[in-house]
Amino acid sequence: MSLDEGTINDPTLPERLIAEVLEAYPDKSRKRRQKHLSVSTTPDAEEKADGALSECDVKSNVKSIPGVMTIRGCAYAGSKGVVWGPIKDMVHISHGPVGCGQYSWSQRRNYYIGNTGVDSFVTMQFTSDFQERDIVFGGDKKLEKIIDEIDELFPLAKGISIQSECPIGLIGDDIEAVSRKKKKETGKTIVPVRCEGFRGVSQSLGHHIANDAIRDWVFNQEGAEDKFETTAYDVNVIGDYNIGGDAWSSRILLEEIGLRVVGNWSGDATLAEMERAPKAKLNLIHCYRSMNYICRYMEEKYNIPWVEYNFFGPSQIAASLRKIAALFDETIQANAERVIAKYQPLVDAILAKYKPRLEGKTVMLYVGGLRPRHVVNAYDDLGMVITGTGYEFAHSDDYQRTGHYVREGTLIYDDVTGYELERFIEGMRPDLVGSGIKEKYPVQKMGIPFRQMHSWDYSGPYHGYDGFAIFARDMDLAINNPVWGLFKAPWKKEAA
Amino acid sequence: MPQSVDKILDHAPLFREPEYKDMLARKAEFENMPPVEQVTQIADWTKSWDYREKNFARESLSVNPAKACQPLGAVFVASGFERTMSFVHGSQGCVAYYRSHLSRHFKEPSSAVSSSMTEDAAVFGGLNNMVDGLANTYNLYSPKMIAVSTTCMAEVIGDDLNAFIATAKEKESVPADFDVPFAHTPAFVGSHVTGYDNMLKGILDHFWKGKEAKANGSLNIIPGFDGFAVGNNRELKRILDVMGVDYTILSDVSDQFDTPSDGEFRMYDGGTPIEATKNAVNASATLSLQEYCTPKTLDYAASFGQKTKSLHYPIGVGGTDDLLSSISELTGKPVPEALELERGRLVDAMADSQSWLHGKTYAIYGDPDFVYGMARFVLETGGEPKHCLATNGSKAWEAQMQELFDSSPFGAGCKAWGGRDLWHMRSLLATEEVDLLIGNSYGKYLERDTKTPLIRLMFPIFDRHHHHRFPVWGYQGGLRVLVTILDKIFDCLDQDTMDPGVTDYSFDLTR
Repeated sequence: MSLDEGTINDPTLPERLIAEVLEAYPDKSRKRRQKHLSVSTTPDAEEKADGALSECDVKSNVKSIPGVMTIRGCAYAGSKGVVWGPIKDMVHISHGPVGCGQYSWSQRRNYYIGNTGVDSFVTMQFTSDFQERDIVFGGDKKLEKIIDEIDELFPLAKGISIQSECPIGLIGDDIEAVSRKKKKETGKTIVPVRCEGFRGVSQSLGHHIANDAIRDWVFNQEGAEDKFETTAYDVNVIGDYNIGGDAWSSRILLEEIGLRVVGNWSGDATLAEMERAPKAKLNLIHCYRSMNYICRYMEEKYNIPWVEYNFFGPSQIAASLRKIAALFDETIQANAERVIAKYQPLVDAILAKYKPRLEGKTVMLYVGGLRPRHVVNAYDDLGMVITGTGYEFAHSDDYQRTGHYVREGTLIYDDVTGYELERFIEGMRPDLVGSGIKEKYPVQKMGIPFRQMHSWDYSGPYHGYDGFAIFARDMDLAINNPVWGLFKAPWKKEAA
Repeated sequence: MPQSVDKILDHAPLFREPEYKDMLARKAEFENMPPVEQVTQIADWTKSWDYREKNFARESLSVNPAKACQPLGAVFVASGFERTMSFVHGSQGCVAYYRSHLSRHFKEPSSAVSSSMTEDAAVFGGLNNMVDGLANTYNLYSPKMIAVSTTCMAEVIGDDLNAFIATAKEKESVPADFDVPFAHTPAFVGSHVTGYDNMLKGILDHFWKGKEAKANGSLNIIPGFDGFAVGNNRELKRILDVMGVDYTILSDVSDQFDTPSDGEFRMYDGGTPIEATKNAVNASATLSLQEYCTPKTLDYAASFGQKTKSLHYPIGVGGTDDLLSSISELTGKPVPEALELERGRLVDAMADSQSWLHGKTYAIYGDPDFVYGMARFVLETGGEPKHCLATNGSKAWEAQMQELFDSSPFGAGCKAWGGRDLWHMRSLLATEEVDLLIGNSYGKYLERDTKTPLIRLMFPIFDRHHHHRFPVWGYQGGLRVLVTILDKIFDCLDQDTMDPGVTDYSFDLTR
């Protein structure tokens, strides 16, 4: 790490900020919130031997407290928004009232190639637009009719998923029965997903439910394609949603080292890529949080090993390419070295240009379930320092992994509230904050540069070597834009 | 290697580089997508009359609707009151969605909290969530008022806001005299404009209930749900000041969604003061600028003896004439000469450009009042609003639109489509082409599929910045709308005529 002792002026600051924000809560909520906030500590010997830099121990994956402005979403967002929505040749019905599908329409930037409305449907909003009568009398009949209408108007759709919104589970609809019936009638894959927004505590349970729906309604279905010639180099990429093209700038590297990507889940994915997955030799998992479930299932059921990798920033890319190659033969291993060497001049040029402009800059992150740790080394590569990080919907295994990325003394916040995050940022005054759209404008008003780290702020890709160039450029343009110097009027400056 | 540090390519150019084209071609081999001929055949069919008929025969499926759900309107209207925090009772994901949606349009913070109900609350009810939630919101965010609305989850299980808030006050979540107005805003009834109405009525009812109104000559004005509220409300206030009217804007979000960058994050800014909201019961009249945002609220105002009137989004000459006449009629203040001059300037501009506007055909979609106001202005320019569509428009709205079409020779052959969505609009544009499409950012998919140039004048606008900072209401706003339409017409014409030696004989310097 490039951090010297002087970069953090006051090592007690994170602890003091935690104490300060907790002051504001009523007693009951304070007791609950304090378990979610901490400062990373020295790892024990065993963890250290395992490569940990610190220990990040906070409570996670429990209910948000009412009324505090949690930044989290819901299970529907985790299923429709994250896992299912990007599968391009299926229609995903937002089943229930109009809002959920409307607000999530086209907002995750899952890039795909296809003829939208004809053979691809990602950037469309299909909804059953529930009315009062549907709540009172149930929506199963309407759902049947909807499936018929989709079948007629969108004949090239390979299948349909039914993404449940809150009312579905409350009014006792039997979407599984409808799915079975309609699958028989249409011969197409129909997947009921019980991702009602009130289930679980965040997006996370939605991921899990979505994974289980793939297991139960996509794998091993009668009549699914089985004439597929396998090779020894077949891999699935799991948990890359192709935000701004991330999966493409990753795939190009995997192909270059000689692997054959037979399925990409679920960015730019087709139903065929999902169905075929059990035939691969290895699952490469990028977003562990949202798709580890199906990898574990495939390991257990089909004996397919899985390995986590990280394509953010050159250090992690090189380490990941080597780690993946090590699972194959010497040709692949040699290829990996060749690819790493091939891109080294690009990496050197990026670092030569941007590192001097970014070195020593501090960053606070607050993202979903993976990036709060996965992007850390990309910042490290640029000489930037993470001073605080936290997740919306991580579990304890995520925080355990985080210790391998962040140094001691890092402020850690789980399911942070709007109030806490604002105070933490105000107190730490980082040079950059990476979080979501809801956090972007409050932070910028404080005069602190910001990048959206869910959507790449409409840029990207950030994965792979090609993506790292864009990442470096974006962090530079965020921090070094002249607008941050215009906040104070000149007469105010003089007075200060 | 496509990427170089001297010219870093992001997604748009990067994936057109040969390395990526090859890679995508290899990927296609694993996709089992339908053959090109079949895709072309179906793509062509989706633009046919046959498809249109099947598409319009849809009874249950909604595809690309142009409406949102009630709580969005509730959160929007509540944010226009002084230091007011929206508290939405139900599942928490919904609140994340409203906040994101508003922030993406306004490019501004949008604050609201949820009672974060989960599975246990679905079984036992959300009383504890209300009790703890109000206490947390009150302590963390120091609001002057907490406006409670509901997600569909809380509505389906039947939580009783009135009783819950009373219990929370008994348990000292907030002081007994702290303002906690509420409204039930089920997402499965109406749309965001309904939620606007319900929440506004809830807030007024909280402050006005049981009061004896003494008419004081002032005017309440309700702008309605409006993506251009920042520019529009400020223009409205300017007009009212010029007219010397004593007024209260009931829900003024213009400062809340336009805070300065000076180093301080203002969670709350501006808004209708609580005191003014209380006193508004004594207004002599309440004028709504969007009929479909205020039916219940206007009835409620009328129950205090106030005169009430509603308009349809005052765009253009006639729309603004109606606005000024209505203000004048309800307050007794004459329309001053200064505004008449502005009227003349707008008409002057329309006359200067009339040859470019006359006979142009349009498709317009959005909220019912916007579509009405916009179509009316188009008719004034000699344009023909052929396809007018409001997903949240009713039969009554269709009838009003027909009356509008019938009032002008340019309305012949125009039709209003209530309850239809943007997939219907795609069929309309594919089978009966028009020159221009007026709508919001979702319209870009229609522009791509049917090559109809899109003008963004309706919420939400995600992919163009800052339009909402400028008014579209009033004569001044009319100028802006006029210029926006003209710019699109001229830009398209230039694009069409800039092929050197082929089409550029018409690449005229002066138009």
